[in-house]
Amino acid sequence: MPVETWLIFILGFMILGSIIALELKDILSSVISIGIVGLGVSVAFLFLQALDLAIVQFLFEIFALIILVRAFIGKEYHIKEPSKSHVIQTVVTIVVLLSILALSINVFRLLPQFGEPIFSTARHYVENGAKETGAANIVTAIILDYRAYDTLGEVTVLFTAILGVLAILKTRSKTTSPAGGDHETN
Amino acid sequence: MIVYILCFALFLVGIYGALTKRDLIKIILSIGIMGYAANLMFILFAYKTGASFAILTEEGINTNMVDPLPQALILTSIVIELGITALLVTLAIRLFEKYKTFDITKIRRLSG
Repeated sequence: MPVETWLIFILGFMILGSIIALELKDILSSVISIGIVGLGVSVAFLFLQALDLAIVQFLFEIFALIILVRAFIGKEYHIKEPSKSHVIQTVVTIVVLLSILALSINVFRLLPQFGEPIFSTARHYVENGAKETGAANIVTAIILDYRAYDTLGEVTVLFTAILGVLAILKTRSKTTSPAGGDHETN
Repeated sequence: MIVYILCFALFLVGIYGALTKRDLIKIILSIGIMGYAANLMFILFAYKTGASFAILTEEGINTNMVDPLPQALILTSIVIELGITALLVTLAIRLFEKYKTFDITKIRRLSG
């Protein structure tokens, strides 16, 4: 089968999984259904010849599942307060979003067909990457050599996020339990 | 073109969740869905029919590759998304401790 057919199948599966995840009442089932979407993205990356991205997306999905399960499972609030949805708000949102989708079809007609790359910036990297950097993997050559400052910024953002998480959790353990160490048992 | 439209539909499902759900966890999951769709859209743009992955092999220079630049950029984006998710989850935990609920319509004890 051609790649496009596989991708249509995977994308339909992912849309189904995300709708199920948003509509389920049980929060553990929702988190697992989000896992369908993330791993579907990973498989789609494999079909699109993006091997590094498939591995990174797989790891991201596992870490995100661990974080979400660790943080949210065990809080019994869903049993105490069942979720009530606003019918008019939901209907209006669905109608508006469907009209946006219908209008966007004309925009996607203007793009080149699937399989013809839109960007041509990377031609220099592909032709001279091996000579200039010595790396066989062009993606690695770009993120670690040509655009190393981007990677430095990425590490800075990640470090700042970890600092934010630590700061927020630290405040809680100070206010709720003077003995400290409470955030370990959450 | 159908692939692009389906990917955009996935993004719209994320927007739908973020707009209509009242559960804070569902909103965090919706933001995650929007991130997945945006990342996937870039890689869809980068694909070339019949091209191989962007790794050079021994047999000469093979320039028939998929576009490596969006892949490098999305690699950065995925990692940053993990940081965003962790920060959002931490904020949600703090809100739950203060208000004892994840319902965003009840988290409104503001003074301004």
